Amino acid sequence: MNKLSPQSSVLSPSTRIALIGGIYSNYQALVATLSDIAHRGADATYFLGDLGAFGPHPDRVPALLIERGIPGIQGNYEESLASGASDCNCGYTDPRDNVYAQLSYDYTSEHTSNAYKQWMGTLPKQLRLDVDRKRVLLSHGSPRRINEFLWRSTSPDPFLARLCDEHDADVIVCTHTGLHWHKALGDGCHVVNAGVIGRPANDGRTNVWYTMLTIANDDVAAEFIPIDYDHAALAREMREERLPEEFIETIETGWWTTCLEALPPKERARGRF
Amino acid sequence: MRALDTLWFQVAGTICNITCTHCFISCSPKNRSHEMLSLTDVETRLAEARLLGVRDYYFTGGEPFMNRDMLPILAATLRQGPATVLTNGMLLRKEVCAELRRLSDESEYSLDIRVSLDGFDRESHDAIRGAGVWDRVMIGFRNLADAGINPVITVTEAADGVGSNEGRARFLEIIRSFGFDKPRLKVLALFRIGAEETRTRAYESWERLTIDGMSEADADVLQCSTSRMVTSKGVYVCPILIEQSAAKMGETIAETLRPFPLAYGACHTCWVDGVSCRT
Repeated sequence: MNKLSPQSSVLSPSTRIALIGGIYSNYQALVATLSDIAHRGADATYFLGDLGAFGPHPDRVPALLIERGIPGIQGNYEESLASGASDCNCGYTDPRDNVYAQLSYDYTSEHTSNAYKQWMGTLPKQLRLDVDRKRVLLSHGSPRRINEFLWRSTSPDPFLARLCDEHDADVIVCTHTGLHWHKALGDGCHVVNAGVIGRPANDGRTNVWYTMLTIANDDVAAEFIPIDYDHAALAREMREERLPEEFIETIETGWWTTCLEALPPKERARGRF
Repeated sequence: MRALDTLWFQVAGTICNITCTHCFISCSPKNRSHEMLSLTDVETRLAEARLLGVRDYYFTGGEPFMNRDMLPILAATLRQGPATVLTNGMLLRKEVCAELRRLSDESEYSLDIRVSLDGFDRESHDAIRGAGVWDRVMIGFRNLADAGINPVITVTEAADGVGSNEGRARFLEIIRSFGFDKPRLKVLALFRIGAEETRTRAYESWERLTIDGMSEADADVLQCSTSRMVTSKGVYVCPILIEQSAAKMGETIAETLRPFPLAYGACHTCWVDGVSCRT
């Protein structure tokens, strides 16, 4: 196990926090998401790691995040790229899943400049925010492992309550799976998977999702916001970069075609493949 | 022990309707080394598990569907968390499959059914599992497919060539031909204990683990770092070692959450082959 201890801490009076899950080099979706956040208004915006993977031109996303001064944490991609690892450590166990994960990682690693790899190494693995007396913990996979999958249908309440308790958090935020959900536990604790803006949510729609977390008067609300973006332009660029046609199909149709074996039965049954 | 994420139930004890030649705990119709668990037994353990924040629940045997309480047991479990059943697929009658589908639909958690095959065809499968077994499993698959349940098919390395990419692709096509358009396959290593000792060979004395040089990440792949097994006799370290008396760690789950010596040949397979009993 990677015992992740929070490496950075900030105090924030914010009550509306925009949370951007895995970006997967989807620069087009990031631009549209940031524009939507600016339109709606947020007290703070954070990214949750996995800036690269899947999409084209991986240097564009870190460039934009740095330019806008948006803080965030490492995902398994940043951890691997910064350390020179040979794979993404995504956490897949199926051979076909790993073939596509490797194609994606090799392309991303080759096209990410060293300066950005070094910058990724400086990112914290977790962030803690104190918001209106709520202790919010931002993590990538889970607070205990950067590549743990927290799916809705395999994360029962007693288990999530244990995570909150063991990690001194009232609100745990994660991403990594690609599917967004929110569970309010009985004891005032919450776990929010912020989803991803890198690829659609395996629902046959081309939009992606980010999360607006609102904390006020002890209440915690998570609003999942769909973002339409120029997915045709993204698909075109992916073809120009000769990325796998399976990845492009996902962008164009909204159905996942790869890395499916990690899905639990309930989530798998909802997709086409 | 890192954290108790997975609780296993030896829900059918060591009682099975077939006698596989590679079974690591030599289950059979007559092996009563571990008895079946009742609904009350399981509910008691679920209450313990809730307090410990267990993440998921696995049911094995023997053959779980020989336990008359199996469907009520799954209903109780699915109120608390996700459940997986490991079955030989022979008792998946239409009514059972329809009920499994209903339980799955009613729960917010996933229900997974894992069916074991031991080869690409009737001949190789039945050589290990007994005459006529393949044909009954095929009926079970049809009933599952009709109910809209997509099982994981597990196959041990006893099936020749399944470990290669070609063998794997061939197996996935076979699973499609059973009527599952999203084929799911898990390949399992064999443990050289129980009946498998006779079928091939036992562990050599060098096939033991030492914890020297084992990092925390290494230890994380071991089943005993995240799971425990409940049987009619008590709580054991893992699903594999339940015929070792020293592997019984206590009567309550909470008292078993401590380290366990990696002294067995099976520990070697678990670590070297990266075997996960979980799906």
